[in-house]
Amino acid sequence: MYRHKVDIKFVGLLRLLVMLAACIVLLIFGFLLTEAWPFLFSEHGGQLFTDAVWHPTTGQYNLVPVILGTLYTTIGAVSVAVPFALATAIFCQFYAPRWFGRLYTSVMEVLAGIPSVVYGFWGLVVLVPLVASWQGSGASLLTGILVLSLMILPTGTLLAIAALKQVPSEWIQGSYALGLSRWATIKNIALPASGHGMLNALLLQSTRAIGETMAVLMVCGNSTLFPFGLFEPVRTLSANIALEMAYAMEMHRAALYSSALVLMVMVFILLFLNQFQNRLESTANGKS
Amino acid sequence: MSRAFSLFLVVITLVLVGCNQRGADTERLLLTGSSTMAPLLTELAIAFENQRGQTRIDVQTGGSSRGITDVRRGLVDIGMVSRSLNDKEDDLQAHLIAQDGIGLILNTANPVVSLTDQQIVNIYTGAADNWQLFGGANEPITVVSKAEGRSTLDLFLAYFKLPVADLRAHIIIGDNEQGIKAVAGNAKAIGYVSIGAAEYSIRAGLPIKLIPVNGVQASTDSVSSGLFPLSRPLNLVTRVEAKPGQVSSTTAADFIRFAQSDKARALILRQYFVPPQG
Repeated sequence: MYRHKVDIKFVGLLRLLVMLAACIVLLIFGFLLTEAWPFLFSEHGGQLFTDAVWHPTTGQYNLVPVILGTLYTTIGAVSVAVPFALATAIFCQFYAPRWFGRLYTSVMEVLAGIPSVVYGFWGLVVLVPLVASWQGSGASLLTGILVLSLMILPTGTLLAIAALKQVPSEWIQGSYALGLSRWATIKNIALPASGHGMLNALLLQSTRAIGETMAVLMVCGNSTLFPFGLFEPVRTLSANIALEMAYAMEMHRAALYSSALVLMVMVFILLFLNQFQNRLESTANGKS
Repeated sequence: MSRAFSLFLVVITLVLVGCNQRGADTERLLLTGSSTMAPLLTELAIAFENQRGQTRIDVQTGGSSRGITDVRRGLVDIGMVSRSLNDKEDDLQAHLIAQDGIGLILNTANPVVSLTDQQIVNIYTGAADNWQLFGGANEPITVVSKAEGRSTLDLFLAYFKLPVADLRAHIIIGDNEQGIKAVAGNAKAIGYVSIGAAEYSIRAGLPIKLIPVNGVQASTDSVSSGLFPLSRPLNLVTRVEAKPGQVSSTTAADFIRFAQSDKARALILRQYFVPPQG
């Protein structure tokens, strides 16, 4: 199969690197599992879902409000960011003059490179007081969603533009040639053809939102009570770990590793969804 | 997850670096623990390094609990612990280097000037949720509290005799800096932070003010005179039976003596902490 010696060496090297990368994921998973073990497989294990609240220093470990906080912020941020990303991508690709599209893309690239702590700090000193002057304490689910959606928007837009660019230009030109309007072309040709890439972008950005720590920690208030509204504080799994890990001992520590494990499982579920969707796509393509 | 793992990597790296340096000329000393004490100890470390030479001291935060865990595991020679040691910790020895008070802070836009202990309890348990009750504006109170496991929270709860489950906080923060920012940016907020850090931020022009606790003005002076009720000792902690032959143990002992000497007093005062009397 490989005719040249160089190829054989190169493939060997690639295999080694791939194995290494896979091993790191396994190592992290194993590390989390061993650290969480004393908690998960003790009499406390079930408490993650049955206790009244999360008060680890008094032996109460209800993680449900924190899991909900993670889901709410992630789903909220994605549903705020997706329409904007989609609209911008369509505008840049089909309506805007070419120079504007290029300029916009490079602005998005710059935004995508800003570290999350900067977004968090901006949220803390600007957005939180702004929300506070309107409703509640300011540090809330709403603020978290806004900051998070702002953070995932640039990369989301770039990925959406890339997905639209993947649509073969013959299809678009063919559609124009048939006399379809621009919007009809977008709706019937471009969007369905790029749907797969769009969904990939969505899932990638969801995993980023789910794992985001510093920015969320600074603007969400981090209360561990059940969140019942947009203006109430929430704590996410990643913020929970960042806030308490450095100070945690024994069972508290193991409980935090359990929450890291829960976070990792959530990310895995998202990635599996992505894989599943890819496979579905490829079998569908194979049949047609 | 990623943070925890990188923390793990950092610790491992430092341990490895430490191993590597054992044979070298430079003596190394690693301190971990209370984030309140870290800036002070960094200053003390620099002064100590300058005086002695061929010594390198690294200071890492992670909270008093981490300081204790690390000393027990033998990862470090000295832990920074911003509270008194309890009965379960008799395997450790505390060396007092300074005192720190915890003060309640309000935004300067808030007209309230003082609160009784009971009023503070009511605010932190959610029984009182409007500033109007205390002569302020008709605004809901934003309660800022610390994350569990921090010694500031422990001292606060112990003084006000509150179980942690009774706290009803809107914003839960990590370090002092975050708490000061939360109150500075929100006229309806109340929080508690290290008095030293609060005084520093007030001098830097941030819109916060310290209110008295139980009628005693919150300041480094009242902490130093022992009058201020909400105060805590800042300790350097070592193991009682330090293993003989440990390379840096003498350095550690020298450093602790230095931190308790007159030379350290100016540095302690400059960080808005209070050197022990006598």
